[in-house]
Amino acid sequence: MATLNVLILVCLGYVVLLFGVAFAADRMAVAGRGKWLRSPLIYTLSLSIYCTAWTFYGAVGNAARSGLEFVTIYLGPTLVMISWWWGLRKLVRVGRSQRVTSIADLISSRYGKSNTLAICVTILAVLGGTPYIALQLQSITLSFSIFAEADSSGLYREGSSVFWVAAGLAVFAILFGTRNLDVNERHHGVVTAIALESVVKLFALLAVGIFVVWGIAGGVGPMMDRIDASEIGQWNVDAGRWTTITFLSAAAFVCLPRMFQVMVVENDDEGHLRTAAWAFPLYLLLMSLFVVPIAVIGLDLMPEGSNPDLFVLTVPLSQGNEWLAMLSFIGGFSSATSMVIVTAMALSTMVSNHVVMPIWLSTQEGSGSVSGDVRNIVLMARRVSIAVIMGLGYFYFHLSGGGAALASIGLVAFAGISQILPALVGGLFWRGATRTGALIGLSVGFFLWIYTLLLPGMGGGVMPASVLENGPFGWGWLRPQALFGIDGIDPMVHTIMWSLSLNTIAFCVASLLSFPSPLERLQGAQFVNVFDHSVAPQGWTGSVGQSEDLMIMTQRILGTIPAQVFFQAEALKQGGRGRLPEPTPGFLVRLERELSGSVGAATAHAMVGQIVGGSSVSVEDLLAVADESAQLLEYSGQMEAKSAELSRTARQLREANEKLTQISMQKDAFLGQVSHELRTPMTSIRAFSEIMRDTEELSAEEKTRYAAIIHDEALRLTRLLDDLLDLSVLESGQVSLNLGDSTLRTVLDRAISTALAGTDRKLEIRRSLTSERMPLQTDLDRLGQVFINLISNAQKYCDAPDPILTISAHDVGGQVVIDFIDNGSGIPPEAQSMVFEKFARVGFDKAGGAGLGLAICREIMQRLGGEISYLPGQAGAAFRVSLPLAHKQAAQ
Amino acid sequence: MSRKVLLIEDEPNITEAIRFLLTREGWQVETHAEGVDAVQVIVAENPDLVILDVMLPGKSGMDILRDLRELEGMKGLPVLMLTARGQSRDREMAEQAGVSRFMTKPFSNTEVLTAVRDLHAQASRS
Repeated sequence: MATLNVLILVCLGYVVLLFGVAFAADRMAVAGRGKWLRSPLIYTLSLSIYCTAWTFYGAVGNAARSGLEFVTIYLGPTLVMISWWWGLRKLVRVGRSQRVTSIADLISSRYGKSNTLAICVTILAVLGGTPYIALQLQSITLSFSIFAEADSSGLYREGSSVFWVAAGLAVFAILFGTRNLDVNERHHGVVTAIALESVVKLFALLAVGIFVVWGIAGGVGPMMDRIDASEIGQWNVDAGRWTTITFLSAAAFVCLPRMFQVMVVENDDEGHLRTAAWAFPLYLLLMSLFVVPIAVIGLDLMPEGSNPDLFVLTVPLSQGNEWLAMLSFIGGFSSATSMVIVTAMALSTMVSNHVVMPIWLSTQEGSGSVSGDVRNIVLMARRVSIAVIMGLGYFYFHLSGGGAALASIGLVAFAGISQILPALVGGLFWRGATRTGALIGLSVGFFLWIYTLLLPGMGGGVMPASVLENGPFGWGWLRPQALFGIDGIDPMVHTIMWSLSLNTIAFCVASLLSFPSPLERLQGAQFVNVFDHSVAPQGWTGSVGQSEDLMIMTQRILGTIPAQVFFQAEALKQGGRGRLPEPTPGFLVRLERELSGSVGAATAHAMVGQIVGGSSVSVEDLLAVADESAQLLEYSGQMEAKSAELSRTARQLREANEKLTQISMQKDAFLGQVSHELRTPMTSIRAFSEIMRDTEELSAEEKTRYAAIIHDEALRLTRLLDDLLDLSVLESGQVSLNLGDSTLRTVLDRAISTALAGTDRKLEIRRSLTSERMPLQTDLDRLGQVFINLISNAQKYCDAPDPILTISAHDVGGQVVIDFIDNGSGIPPEAQSMVFEKFARVGFDKAGGAGLGLAICREIMQRLGGEISYLPGQAGAAFRVSLPLAHKQAAQ
Repeated sequence: MSRKVLLIEDEPNITEAIRFLLTREGWQVETHAEGVDAVQVIVAENPDLVILDVMLPGKSGMDILRDLRELEGMKGLPVLMLTARGQSRDREMAEQAGVSRFMTKPFSNTEVLTAVRDLHAQASRS
């Protein structure tokens, strides 16, 4: 039997066929022919790289071991396709409009083009992807070994065959995955080849299934009987595991780098999703149709202990149907190769774009040679990355020894890659999601995945058994498979529950607590509102008439001169002679960008849209505008409050300064006046004393007269000093009141006799004694001082021929009010407000008053809790003194 | 030859002291106690010397001096200014206004007499 040789020949032939198909498809795409290459059917078939060797072989094995649980792996993607196609449409739209090259690029782009995030996702993808590649290599090796057992030539050596398979796949991926550096990152050849492989693997599995049902079991009826008789047929559902794995496969379907590659990056028409929404679930249904029959028959026919993962191969072989077995082998081979090729391509894009290129660029910084042929460097980086990733897969396979440990790798990888889900979905639907949130959520999920699933699954060598059983440092609540003491659940369910829930919580909380950068906000809006933003600008077309409107609007936003400069430059660029450019799509995009610098992206878009009329303004646009305006308003509100505060402070300062200046001027004036009042009497005293000293022939009369002058001036000086002292004591508030009880009449009697004593100027005083009976409780001497002052003022200044002072008292609202009104010409209105100021003499006071009397009166009345004021509109000078009644004071 | 001095001062006691001193020196002493019409009085009296107080009712000595110096033929009239305010700014202002001699009260009698003699001698020489 030369089965192995034939097999190798068939394999090589198949690979050559794939090369041919890929090459032809690429040529056709370049030539612009072959629209069918981009049909929805090809797209749907390319999606089926979801079904790897793990599903091709493993589903039967899984069914043989765990019954119907394998269905969950198909159920997840089916649910996504049927019930979440609108979410996928958004993902595809975002991917296309942002020209993303990988899932790492998408996440990074959403969160303000953060390379840190891209590196995180890349690491996660490589960590999850490498064992997955190893799993595919293992499946090929195992299937080879089946044929090798039947072959006697001994040509087969396990290790070397895996190496050659890995190398061959790397060459294929490099040849067709990195042929060109299309901006859209689309690879027609690869996708077409994968579609072909999808057909092959479906065909192979269906063929085996039909053979099993009709060739072995003898039809549908007997087959059903045999299924009922076996354990698999029993409906045995572990709800937690079922839900978890269904969810997990759904998440992985969206997040896996290879799925993202075919679904988003390679997509060229959103409409294809509509077909895929029903066609892909149908494909999965067909793939799963014969899984149970094959498993049941396999268990019946094959000897105890044979590997159920290989039933798809071994059942036809055991029936002597080598060609069917070979077809089945090719099907498995197809599943494995297509997965490995696309994964290697997707991962290499991520590694080269987010790890290699940033490092390379940073080493080139300053040398100025970046402008050279970067293209070649990128391609080289991709090629090397593919080789390294394949090498890693091979190395991992070699290390793990190809044992049973690999079997669970598929789900472990799923669990790892699904940690991207919160950041991905949050980024698509929640504008508040931030870079910090994504980074923290991702890190939390990533760490928990490694700690609770990846490390424990790698066996004792990596994580000591003591940690597994008792937790690190003996902390039981940190046991990797029973976090926080929640024990007894399936490790997979445990990991998914903790990692995804904590990941999501961390993502949300950190997003709410952190503040996004402007770029993040912009990208967030573009992602979340992708249906409003992505296609529309390209759709703008307008007439020249609209340019004028655009110009007017732009002037309002940017200002006249900048708007004119911008429009003129654009017109020049278009080669026109006028001031206004044609509203070409390119111009409109630049205009929008220019405007968004001033009013925000959403507003700019809505404004341009309204004028050009390419799209109506949507509710989301208006909301976005309102959002921005609210922020602007809040900002300008803050500015206004600040400026109001500033001007208030400035006013206060100005007022304080004016007050200080005034006080300083008053102080200067006061000092000048005090100086004058002191020096004037001293001048007379000095002059006359010198005269008396130096003049011998003075007469006795002269001597007497001059001595009298000296005496008067000395008295005047004394009075002035007394007044000044009195005033300063009163003003400083250090005066102590000497309270006593009396009546107004007594106080007035005493004041009048004091004021009129020792003077020959006559003054008639008119009083009404009955009204003066009211009791007073106050400092009687101080009040008397005020009265004396007022009476002697009248005496000095009343210019009537027969001066009369009328003193009248009233009780007004609990206050004693005493008016002093003379019959002179009074105080001119302009001076009335001045009379209580210091040195404010009205007219000139030859009698020696220094102008401090009324100032002292005002201070005294303040201390007594009363008031003294000038009473305008009376016949002559009129003053009103008011103070609280005695009983009022007693009541207090 | 009679020498006439016009004393413009509102304090009667100071006026009396200066009148006593200068009369004994042979001056004919005229007095005036108001600021408002002081310039007209000076022109009318046409004295050989003016003694001018700063703080006068109606118009300050500074303004009187300034107005006086504006008049034709009054530039050379010796003016002795007396002030009780004693601030250095006053001396500067008086010098700017064209004062001949500036003195602060209280003064010594000999100081005033010397100043009057000096000013008169200067005016007679020129």
